[in-house]
This record gives sequence, C-alpha cells and structure tokens, in this order.
Amino acid sequence: MTRRGYDDVAVAVPVTVPYVRYSPRSAHWFVAQALERLLGHSGLAKADIDGLCLSSFTLAPDTAVGLLQHVGLGPRWLDHIPTGGASGVMAVRRAARAVQAGDADIVACIAADTNHVDTFRQTLGSFSQFARDATYPYGSGGPNSIFAFIMAHYMQKYGATREDFGHIAVAQRHNALRNPNALFKQPLTLEQYLNARPIAEPIHLFDCVMPCAGAEAVLVMSCARARDLGLPHAVVRGAIERHNAFAEDPIFERGGWLLDRDELYAQAGATPQQVDFVQTYDDYPVISMIQFEDLGFCAKGEGAAFVRSHNLNYNGTFAHNTSGGQLSSGQAGAAGGFLGLTEAVRQLTGAAPERAVPSAALGLVTGFGMVTYDRCLCTGALLLGASA
Amino acid sequence: MPPPKRKNPALRTRPMHPPPAARSRIGLGLTAAAARGDLALQVCQACGAHQYPPRESCNRCPSTELRWQRQDGAGKLLAITTLAHSNDLFFRERLPWRLGMVALDVGVSVLVHLHEDVQNPMQPVCVLARLDRAGQAVLIAVPQTPSPHWQETPMMREMGCDPKHRKILITDGKTPTGQALVRACVAAGAQTIWVGYAEPWKKLPGLDDLAQLPGVSLIPLDLTNERDVAKVSGGIGGKVDIVINNAEAHRTHGIADRAGTDAARFEMDLNYFGLLRLAQSLGPALKGRAADGPANAVAWVNVLSIYALANFPAHGTYSASKAAAYSLAQCLRAEMRPFGIRVINVFPGPIEDEWFQSLPPPKLNPDVLARAIVKALQAGTEDVYPGDVAQEWLQRWREDPKILEREIAAGDGR
Repeated sequence: MTRRGYDDVAVAVPVTVPYVRYSPRSAHWFVAQALERLLGHSGLAKADIDGLCLSSFTLAPDTAVGLLQHVGLGPRWLDHIPTGGASGVMAVRRAARAVQAGDADIVACIAADTNHVDTFRQTLGSFSQFARDATYPYGSGGPNSIFAFIMAHYMQKYGATREDFGHIAVAQRHNALRNPNALFKQPLTLEQYLNARPIAEPIHLFDCVMPCAGAEAVLVMSCARARDLGLPHAVVRGAIERHNAFAEDPIFERGGWLLDRDELYAQAGATPQQVDFVQTYDDYPVISMIQFEDLGFCAKGEGAAFVRSHNLNYNGTFAHNTSGGQLSSGQAGAAGGFLGLTEAVRQLTGAAPERAVPSAALGLVTGFGMVTYDRCLCTGALLLGASA
Repeated sequence: MPPPKRKNPALRTRPMHPPPAARSRIGLGLTAAAARGDLALQVCQACGAHQYPPRESCNRCPSTELRWQRQDGAGKLLAITTLAHSNDLFFRERLPWRLGMVALDVGVSVLVHLHEDVQNPMQPVCVLARLDRAGQAVLIAVPQTPSPHWQETPMMREMGCDPKHRKILITDGKTPTGQALVRACVAAGAQTIWVGYAEPWKKLPGLDDLAQLPGVSLIPLDLTNERDVAKVSGGIGGKVDIVINNAEAHRTHGIADRAGTDAARFEMDLNYFGLLRLAQSLGPALKGRAADGPANAVAWVNVLSIYALANFPAHGTYSASKAAAYSLAQCLRAEMRPFGIRVINVFPGPIEDEWFQSLPPPKLNPDVLARAIVKALQAGTEDVYPGDVAQEWLQRWREDPKILEREIAAGDGR
C-alpha cells in the first residue's frame, strides 16, 4: 500500500542552543534552553505546544515524561525517540503525521544532550547490550573502531582513498567557518587532514566528530498555522525511515535508504538532480559517501569519483553539510541527528545568508543512528522544500 | 620471545587496570565455554541459525530455543583496524592494539582481537575464545596455521598465563605430581621455580634431583605452619608470577571405617586451611604485580580433585576437604579477578600415586596431569578436568548431580 503524502506540513523555528565542549549542566537544562528559544522565536506560549517529540542520550534517569514536569508542558501527544543520529528525520516524520491526523497542532521536536568530562566514555560501555558484550571489551575504541572496519572495507572494495574522504571533511570546515554555531573556527587543509594523527586506522583525527553539549529544535505544524503565525518555514515534501536493513551483509556498505529512496523522491515528485543541497548524517566521511550512493546521486562504489568531480562547498556544485556538519560543528549527542534538519530549514527560509545555497528550493536531510553492534540500525531521509 | 630484562627495582610497579568486565547474563555463556578453552556460539534449535552477539531469541525465526554449541571458529577476515586511541585504561596502556572483523563460516560477523601474524584482509583465520585479564571471554583471530611461537606475542601473553620466562612456586615437590609439575614447567621455559617441601627429615626419592634442573631451587614450606608460609611469602612474594598449589593430605577413609577426627583434621588443615593461609599471605603480592611488565604475576593454580564436585565415600573425608578447598578457590577467584590474576582450578580423577593405590585403572599419570596444567596456563583456561575419569564424572555431574550421587552410593561409579 502506498503511504499517504505529507502535504501541508510546515517545519519552522529552527533553533540551536550553542555548543560547548563540556558542560556541568544536565540534559534537562539544554532541553529547557531549546524550549525557551522555540517560544521566544515563535511568540508562542507553553500552552500552545500540544505535542513533544524528544531525543536525548543523557536524560537518565528521566525520559520525555519526567521532562514534562520539569519544564511544565501538558501536551496531548508525546514521543521519546532513542534513535540518535536518525532522530531529526524521525521526529519530523512522526510530528508531521500527528499534525496531519489532528492529534496535535504544534509539535516541538527537541534533541538535547549534555557532555560532562566523563560522559562519553560512560555512554560507550553501556550503549547497548551488544556493545557491552561484543564491542566495548575489544579495545574500547567506541564507534571509531566499528567505523574503521566499515571505512577500511569500503576502501578495499571500491578503491576510495583517504584523500577522497578528506575532500568531504575539508569542504565542511570551509562551510563551518561561516556558521557561528560551529565549534571549529580554524580552516582545515587537505594536507592537515592527511597528516592528522591516527585514531583507529584508517580513521584519523579529522574523520571523527567531537562530542559536546548542546541542543537543536524545530516546531512542526500545518502550513496554514505557520502562515497565520507569520513564521518562515519549510514544507515536508517526503520522508522515509527504515531500520535494521540488509542485516545479512557481513559488514556495512549500504543502508536502508536504498530500499525506500525511490518512494522518497516520488513523494516529492522530484529527482536527485533537482535537490539543491544535501545535509547528510556525517558521523564519519565514509558514511556521507555511502549516502551519496544510496540516495541516488551516484552508483554504488562511485562515491569517491563523485566527490572528486564535485565541489562540496555551500556554494559549490554539490552543496553538502552547509553548516559544517557534525565533523566541524561538533556532535551534541542526539542533537547531532537534528543538525542537518535545522540547517536545511535555515537554508530554505533564508536564515543563513552568510552561507546561503544559491536559490535553494529543495533540500535533502538524512539520518543514521544507533551503532548497537557492528553498524547503525536506523536510517531515514527527509525532503524539505521552500514554502510557496 | 627473548627473556624480558630484569626490572629496575627503583621504578614504580604499575597497578593492573583490567579490561571492561561487564557482560550481560546471556553473554556469560561465551565465558563459560572459554573457561574450558572452547569457542561456543548460540545455535537456534528450530532453524539452525548461528547467533552473535549473544541474545535471547533467534534473529532468523521466532524461536527462543538457543543452545550454546562448540564451534571450530573458521572464518574470513573482512577488515582490520589498529587502535591508536582507547577510552579504557587497560588498552590505553597497551596501544597500539589491533582488531579485526571476521565473517565466520557459520554466517555471523564477529569483532575480534587480531593476532600479530594476521596481516591481510580477506585471509582465512581461525577464531578462538579466550579469557582476557578481566576473566571474561573475548574472541581472538589467529592464522589457520599458527607459527610455532604464536602464543608468545604481547597480546597472547595478556590472554594467557604462559609459564615461559615466568617465576613459579610449586608448593610440594615431594609427590609424583609435584615432581612432574617441576619438570613440565622447566620444559615450558619457566625462568625460576621454587619447590616447597614439608617435613625435611623425611627424605623422598627425586627431590634432590629436582634441584639440579635449571632455575629450580628447593625451599622448606609446610602449609599447615603459619610461620613457614609467612617466611616463604616474605622471601619470594615480590617475585612469584604463578602459584601452583599442589600440596595435599590424602587418607582413604569414609566416616565409619576410622574412629576419631585426626586424619580428617589433617586433610582439612592442609587442603583447606593450607590454601587459606597461602592465599592470605601470597595473594596480595600477586595482585600488586599483575601489570608488572612482560613477566608479570598472572595465575594461581589449585590442584583439587574431581571428588570436590561430589563425594566419593571410599575417600570421604578427602572429598570433603577438596570440596571445601574448591569453595574457597571460588572465593579466591572472585577476589583475584578484579586484579587480573587468573585462578585455575584443576579437578583430576584418581592419580597414579600411593594414596589411590587401591583403585583400579584408569588412573591419571602425574606427567599427563602436569602437562594438562601447563597447557591450561598457556591457554588461560580456568577449569581443567584432566583424564578420562574426570571427564566422565564431569559429564555425569553436569547432567544431574543427584543421579551421580546415587550411582556413587550404589558403588556404580568412582
């Protein structure tokens, strides 16, 4: 059965709670900061928010439920998604359905995490049962060691080189220098990328994201409501998610996007060539490259050639991760899964003039989350358009 | 590997930080098999699919009937990484550390520690399960045809308790087992072996010959004597890497066939309290040296008896003392594990010695027992049941301890 379209759903008020490397605050504080900004920028009151979709790794022992009492919200629709890097796409997809069904009028989608000095290490060992049993005792490298295998295997099989991945990281840093929210403020050259210290061969320093604290959030509502409120907004043109795809592959080299991408583009009545910018989930450059393939910009195995033949800067021939992505902005836990979302809405509403993609009308946002054992299980993608 | 250099005694002895020890309950199935030296995976009893990581239900069919089954570990290496960074102190202190992703022939992908001799992606490998320094199972990929010295690499030294280049205390050199142990440890390349002997006035054949072997010296040691134990610990406590406690008292009685408690008391005093004295005295020294370079403190071996599992009435008080020692050895294992010291319990059946004289064959040759202990040290296995009698008892005990008890009482099993 063909699924219903996402007609007339708006994504508005992209907010970012500025990232810091370490924070003594709790995740609750970052959620509250995001909420305050959503209300301040929209002119709405707490009571107007009747839906909440929350994503966070560091809220324990609380969930979205406990958070309601903290911040004083009484929504009629509530969701807590433990899907990390896929949470931005999934939050909007779920919120869009709630709005379409009339279950909620205005849904706040928030991803927030704190990062204390030892948070990252503690998260690694208890991330999943499989991680505790079958990955953490093996060198305790965290996701670096898993993605090192994925990258090494991809390089062996398809002939990609470190230089190819370097182009992705270098272009993102170029973009980040025009994003005041990005943690990284210094330019990055290809030479610096190639000479960086090894972390988990073939992964080197600039293939990795920097864990930090921060939050990202948007509001989802009907386009009519967004117009009434006078809020600049993007519209949902298509959305897909898929979990635990290609489980039979002995090592990850393709993601769930491949199964649903045709439907995604059909929902929007568009082709990959019509996409003006792409915000991939970039936990590692190899994952961005694999997504270029799986989302139809080039064939499997041609990601490296695709990167070589394109300029990935925000004003280049293939505008990619125009905020700098996680590689250059930092990874604020689950908020890393929202980074491409808030950036896409900013691009489509003209809210990022210093790094504007020229005449951007259609943007692709992807999600990839939750490496429970040897790969991330959650994939998703979202096509957002400029409002008419 | 060449003998490690003598450590500069002025340098700080680094404490041990074992690798991550947390596992799920279901994940401990891997450890249970590795403790015996086996690689086991869960196999679905409904559809036959192999599973990894350990789980509660089949990932192919809806069944929850998963059983741990022994595997040969054959597979193909998919990718290699070398960690230059780790979030855990154990690995951080041992970087760089090599890992691999292996597709096992049975259809699962496993993350493994990678042996130094495995260099090329896509090469066939054999995956073993070993206990790491936290005492938990980990998988290691080695070449399908290992080189003669494959156990001597730094990573394998961390996964086992190889006697090579190590300093060993064997608590009793007067028994056939003790003397076989000394010879086996010399053959395995031990650097120094101290051999204890009690009752110095009672000369037994073979003891003086031992002292002629390279690196072997005799020291008076009676585990029933607190002062003796303290003196030995004071003298060699800072040097011992491996303790093999084989000293035992063995009389052949049940309850009714001997009046009084003297013999039983002697058995308990040596077999149980002897272990307790030695562990209290020498245990802390081993714990403190668990990360002391390439020839560090690694293991404590208890020579128990298969009769520790179920009482053998013809040797009833001996069985009871060994059961007590076994229980205490479990306590010792729990206390040593956070420090990375392996406690190996050995459960032989009747041995070819004077106290088992009246039992019919098969009996375990002391040389075979000694070689089994050295092999357990090299492989780092935790529970050893050497010989046919021990293996058969173990199997019967695992199937149903109650049936075993009745069989023995009826004289059907020994």
